[in-house]
Amino acid sequence: MSVTTEIQFQVASVEGAPEHAVEGRSQWQLTWRRLRSDKVAITSMVVIVVMVGLAIAAPAIAALVHHPANVAFPNTGENAVGNPVGPGTNGFWLGTDDTGRDLMVRIFYGARISLFVGVVTTVIGTIAGVTVGMVAGYFGGIIDTILARFTDAVLAFPYVVLALALAVVFGPSLSVIIGIISFFAWAGIARIVRGQTLSLKEKEYIEAARSLGAGPFRIMFIDILPNLLAPVLVLATLYIPAAVVFEATLSFLGLGIQPPTASWGNILAAAQPFYTVAWWYTVFPALALLITTLAFNLLGDGIRDAMDPTTERLLRARKRTKQPRRTKPLVLSEEIPGAALPPAAQ
Amino acid sequence: MTIVRFLIRRILTGIVVLWLVASGAFFLFFARPVATVARNLAGREATPAVINQVIKDLGLNQPIGVQYWHFLDRIAHFNLGHSYFTQESVNTIIRQDLPPTASVVIGGVILWLIVGLGIGILSATKARSVFDRLSTVGVLIGLSMPTFVIGEFLLLVVFVPLNQHGFHWIQDQYVGPSQGIITWAGHMILPWITLAAVQAAVYTRLMRGQLLSTLGEDYIRTARAKGLSERRVIFRHGVRSALTPVVSQLGVDMGQLLGGVVVVEVVFGLGGLGQVSVQAIQTEDLPVIIGFVLVAAAFVVIANIVVDLAYALLDPRVRIS
Amino acid sequence: MTDQVPVPILTGAAPGGDDILVRVDNLVKYFPVRTAGFVRRTVGNVQAVDGVSLAIPRGKTLGLVGETGSGKSTLARCVAGLLPATSGKVFFDGQDITNLSRRRMQPYRREIQMIFQDPYGSLNPRRRVGSIIGDPFAIHGTVPSGERKRNVQELMERVGLNPEHYNRFPAEFSGGQRQRIGVARALALRPKLIICDEPVSALDVSIQAQVLNLLADLQRDYGLTYLFIAHDLEVVRHVSDAVTVMYLGRVAEVGPRNLVYDTPRHPYTAALLSAAPAADPDAAASRQRIILTGDIPSPIDPPSGCRFHPRCPKAQELCSQQDPPLEVKAGDAATHLTACHFPVEAGENLAAEAAARR
Repeated sequence: MSVTTEIQFQVASVEGAPEHAVEGRSQWQLTWRRLRSDKVAITSMVVIVVMVGLAIAAPAIAALVHHPANVAFPNTGENAVGNPVGPGTNGFWLGTDDTGRDLMVRIFYGARISLFVGVVTTVIGTIAGVTVGMVAGYFGGIIDTILARFTDAVLAFPYVVLALALAVVFGPSLSVIIGIISFFAWAGIARIVRGQTLSLKEKEYIEAARSLGAGPFRIMFIDILPNLLAPVLVLATLYIPAAVVFEATLSFLGLGIQPPTASWGNILAAAQPFYTVAWWYTVFPALALLITTLAFNLLGDGIRDAMDPTTERLLRARKRTKQPRRTKPLVLSEEIPGAALPPAAQ
Repeated sequence: MTIVRFLIRRILTGIVVLWLVASGAFFLFFARPVATVARNLAGREATPAVINQVIKDLGLNQPIGVQYWHFLDRIAHFNLGHSYFTQESVNTIIRQDLPPTASVVIGGVILWLIVGLGIGILSATKARSVFDRLSTVGVLIGLSMPTFVIGEFLLLVVFVPLNQHGFHWIQDQYVGPSQGIITWAGHMILPWITLAAVQAAVYTRLMRGQLLSTLGEDYIRTARAKGLSERRVIFRHGVRSALTPVVSQLGVDMGQLLGGVVVVEVVFGLGGLGQVSVQAIQTEDLPVIIGFVLVAAAFVVIANIVVDLAYALLDPRVRIS
Repeated sequence: MTDQVPVPILTGAAPGGDDILVRVDNLVKYFPVRTAGFVRRTVGNVQAVDGVSLAIPRGKTLGLVGETGSGKSTLARCVAGLLPATSGKVFFDGQDITNLSRRRMQPYRREIQMIFQDPYGSLNPRRRVGSIIGDPFAIHGTVPSGERKRNVQELMERVGLNPEHYNRFPAEFSGGQRQRIGVARALALRPKLIICDEPVSALDVSIQAQVLNLLADLQRDYGLTYLFIAHDLEVVRHVSDAVTVMYLGRVAEVGPRNLVYDTPRHPYTAALLSAAPAADPDAAASRQRIILTGDIPSPIDPPSGCRFHPRCPKAQELCSQQDPPLEVKAGDAATHLTACHFPVEAGENLAAEAAARR
């Protein structure tokens, strides 16, 4: 994936985060406290919650405006020439699409698909990726060689080609999309987890566990995994928007969710011929997409920053004392966020 | 190892890869019950007679091994078959539709690299300045948007209003460079920006991060202490070593690039290989699809070889091996 | 068993007397040095341990001393079964446990435990202390999870920790307390042997005393046997019944503690002892340091013959040709063995000889 290397650097800072505490506060409690004070992250969380809420409430909203998602209203929903009507006309809050369906309602139904796909593929990809990465990193040797090369091959493979091929063979559908996206998601996570595992493996407490007689799987899941959770969480949060974008792209190309089921991708695809006469048809779904992905990206970066407080403290100190610029600028989480881009955020 | 041996080894590996990809494609499509394949090819509404005809024409009744052999034989002779849909030779289709794709790729890659690396370098050298913060916001937005959204957005906000106000340089649709470089650029500029946008965002951040950490190294401080001009310090020393991980990432991204190309072609109606293959999906035109798959794989292989050469050039510790 | 070095019987017992818990026979551990690349050829070996034999009687402590690179930590890990031996044998309680499969080694893991040097690295920072100490119970299934807490808290109390801190993370404890956690973990299954790999090297001196006293108490209460590795001679003197001095993968000298410390026969031992700080200023003033030349050589390419000969103040031509056997020298007790062609004699002024050589 595009930024695996970069993320590797960035999550390394998370892995080494200090665990100081009083009264037995776990790493998670500390992270949460720091996150709470990060306004951007909180805003993003709120936005996500709202979006999820709207998605869940889509049928209710449809009932509210009396415009079911897949029902066309040629009379009120299209103008004289048969083109979509703009926002605010005839009770269509955001306007209509080319067959006179309520655009807003379709956008919220599309949110269901997008969020569902985003979360499910990320969950699958994370579980698979963590397992593969840990096994490859811990066992080493021939197992690692095979798994690592396979992971690299998947990462480098042009996703479009594979998506095309699979869409032809199996026909586009929700499960196919979930399969394709998960297939790429796990590779990026596996690569990073493998790297982390390789370095964790050398720690003395792992040797101690072996000397106690712990078996490899116990060591992996009880000793190594807790140390992986932090970077994996960051990764997963950043993968969700990439998956959403991936799905939108596939649907846009006609390889994904098929009409009449609404997906942001296929709405935008259908909006293409009308962009000169119905700007809302393109703008509103695109905005929904942008807001959602932006929120997840910002949240992911916020979580990452919350897990690595060292730089934050230094930054605050600098602001207070106005120190001259250091010759060794801080990298890693000092940077403002960017997303992990698994294969197809294009 | 010398350059020649390196090239030979990589080309051989590349051929193996292509063979694997072709085989994979073949088995994916053809290794299914004959009737299913035939029906797919003949179209959903074909009558049994037509299906039988298709089976006979394409030799689908033969054992899969024989079919595979014929397939490989054909491919080795660069014969990619004929489109089911238009009966044109796939080779012709590729030849015709390669120029738009190539135009997009070349321009897009150049733009992405220049903008991405350039802004990355500037951001790193002016860390935490207004420029840096603005570019960070831009990067974030770029990362959050799918390529096709950017494309549509550009169409809506740049192409349409400009044309409406009589400024016609920027157009959609494709024209070749033979029509004049300026014209060509005018048609291509929006696709280039679209293709480059997301990748540039990624590379800006990557470059910025790499350069920041490199500039913190002691040997940079030594160079400054020696009295070298800041520009030399940054470019000769800093950028050069910060560039190596970026270049190695480039190899991986070659595959991702193709996805963007397809999307850009569809959005701007450029009619290149990408768009054609998407249409081929919808019509289940297998030879065209297989042709595109092979071309894509070949592109990735070649691009990776180029990237590896560049990497060895940049990093004297890595001799071609 | 070929070129059998007589296995030293330690601590005042006649040969064949005391019950021997651990016996190491001619243990060899090489780490291969490979070329990089897809097919890797072995171009050399790091000879970390090159033919070491020793025996530890039940309930006693064997101190293992040596510089960095002497192979003592590697030896310990081979005995613990954490590293596979290249050749040689390890016997535990009469059973051959050399290079056993993980499954067959499992029951022995309850009897052989280890305490590590780094109090900060040897505990998983993301796990609570109670879970860490209770690990042995979980792994070997000896205590059902309901009762584990009680057992863990008993252990914590035994090592001097507050049992209320059961749910805390290692980061909330000091270095000395963390080592106690490590001790508690090692003690959980009432092992027979505890291998202590420099357990106090990373602690402040005052804390060292506490931990050492704890280890001594536990040995007395539970009849533990210790293999105690350290590079600090005073610590070793305090805890050991017998001492083995290692140099570059070989044993230089072995014997009951008092004999080795009071009458060292190997020049290396003598030099080490002369360099150890003495608490009494008068004794310190009158002591003469034996300064050795050179650095410890690389274990990949050890010197021929006696490995110490390039730095030895008494080295002669024989020393570079023949490897001295580990044997009892004239006038020594049967339990005191030295590997040297020209051992230090009583009244010999080694410091002067070393100065003259330089």
